[in-house]
Amino acid sequence: MGMTFVEKTLARYAQKDRVVPGEIVIVEPDLYMSHDNTAAIRKIFEKIGVEKLKYPERALVVLDHCAPAMTAAYAQNHKEVREFVAQQGIKSFYDINVGICHQVMAENGHIVPGRVVVGSDSHTPTSGAFGTLATGIGRTEVAALWATGSLWFRVPETLKVVVHGKLQDYVYPKDLILKIIGEIRADGALYRAVEFCGEAIEHMSISGRMTLCNMTIEMGAKCGYVSPDEKTWKWLEEHGVNRSLAVSNDHLFSDEDAVFERVLEIDASTLEPQVSCPHTVDNVKPVSAVVGTKIQQAFLGTCTNGRLDDIAIAAKILEGKKIHSAVRFLVIPASQSVYLEAMDLGFLKTIIQAGGVVMNSGCGPCMGAYGGIPANGEVCISTANRNFKGRMGNKESEVYLASPATVTAAAVAGEIVSSGTQA
Amino acid sequence: MISGKIFKYGDDVNTDVIFPGKYTYTVNDPEDMVKHAMEDLDEDFVKTVKEGDVIVGGKNFGCGSSREQAVTCLKYAGIGAVIAVSFARIYFRNCINQGLPVITLKPDEIARIHRNDAVSVDFKHGTVHVGDHLFSFPPLSPEVMQILQAGGLIDYTKAKIHHAN
Repeated sequence: MGMTFVEKTLARYAQKDRVVPGEIVIVEPDLYMSHDNTAAIRKIFEKIGVEKLKYPERALVVLDHCAPAMTAAYAQNHKEVREFVAQQGIKSFYDINVGICHQVMAENGHIVPGRVVVGSDSHTPTSGAFGTLATGIGRTEVAALWATGSLWFRVPETLKVVVHGKLQDYVYPKDLILKIIGEIRADGALYRAVEFCGEAIEHMSISGRMTLCNMTIEMGAKCGYVSPDEKTWKWLEEHGVNRSLAVSNDHLFSDEDAVFERVLEIDASTLEPQVSCPHTVDNVKPVSAVVGTKIQQAFLGTCTNGRLDDIAIAAKILEGKKIHSAVRFLVIPASQSVYLEAMDLGFLKTIIQAGGVVMNSGCGPCMGAYGGIPANGEVCISTANRNFKGRMGNKESEVYLASPATVTAAAVAGEIVSSGTQA
Repeated sequence: MISGKIFKYGDDVNTDVIFPGKYTYTVNDPEDMVKHAMEDLDEDFVKTVKEGDVIVGGKNFGCGSSREQAVTCLKYAGIGAVIAVSFARIYFRNCINQGLPVITLKPDEIARIHRNDAVSVDFKHGTVHVGDHLFSFPPLSPEVMQILQAGGLIDYTKAKIHHAN
């Protein structure tokens, strides 16, 4: 009997011939990412009583969640992170001028297919877009990894999502993942790995695959992944990854006779734009069901949808148009690298001329820390990944989640409209 | 063995309502975290919670962010165990790593538990007493149990390093 990609990977890392779902294995991950929470993790690490990281080369730190600091307390937090990074000799450190952690890891060549990546951030599965086993962990677990280098994992069952056909021109990967979450709900992939495959995935950009894997946590998954193809390798090589560093293809794909717990088949060609309605991500409806909902803020950015192609969609819609006078349109490129490209291509100019506000790379208002918190009674439509009550910093506001096209079209109209007619 | 009263909630209780994200990088002291526990879900929680109380949820308890404070704030508020039909994966790990016991019961069993019911949990025998009801819960895997019994991942790791030396 064959194994899935995740079973193979955990078996290899646990130095076993095979593993089965439900089994607990001890694994040494290749990379452990932490962000603004690094100072808090340091305090936990100190309680263990170890002075130095066992493998400083496996630690990676990005300042992105509250960057740049907007209060003295946040500034103190960042200062402590910088001191710790210097003291421990952590070379993979990205200060506030680089971007969102998941984007930064990929852009800087840290993500290699077949490897195990963990991070004290729930959206760590984003890196699964490159055929990596990437999963979120807690702060204490990072502290323990710094001290020992190893951690326990439960071998997950795998859900296979086969997406047949092609997405229509005005339908995006975000619509696809929202549709899936709406179908199987917030716990539909609890503790599971999710394998994405099929014609629509083969045609999908790397950015789109990142959007899919990013949101697997919103259906409870441990990780999501797309096995690497030529498109993956080309992208990685452009970002400094040497193909010879990766394990052979035998380790990167699920076996023909692998056992999947469930197979979900989806026809991409009939999919319509989707929106996730307040206050849960799995409260998904077709955009057509909420057309006319007034909005006061639209937000395009985050680790889910702040990449170049997302910004390009917005710029194309905004060409020659103006943001509605009652709407604030906030745009945050996922990284400084994306920011520069969007600037060179004229996208940012188009957005600013239309009345949008382009902010510095980082997590921004996604989890309500700063820079775009909605007022009481206001509605924000966002390309982010969560719309829980209070998520954007105010429990008296409402958040809708949608694709960059739907968000931008709403910013122009002042209300949710069908993006198919706008693009 | 712990005993107290029940706080009962529904399905998909997420980490943003247990501990809002806006406090994530500025509230670092566990005693201060307690002040914001359940802030966006249940304003009475902080006012009435006592040592040994138990939280009961439906399916997918603790979904959302990886923030560990969503466990720490409950533990320092005095919560002795969290019972649910199922737990979100990272939340489950965070509970184990913080030494806060997690218990899974069946949906029909959860349905018979109500807010403010008197509860006692016997970890040794794997039973929960709520009013006249007695429920048994399945044991955790031995590896996970070792971490919980050590008082969490920090004490477990300390012991492991000490043993290796």
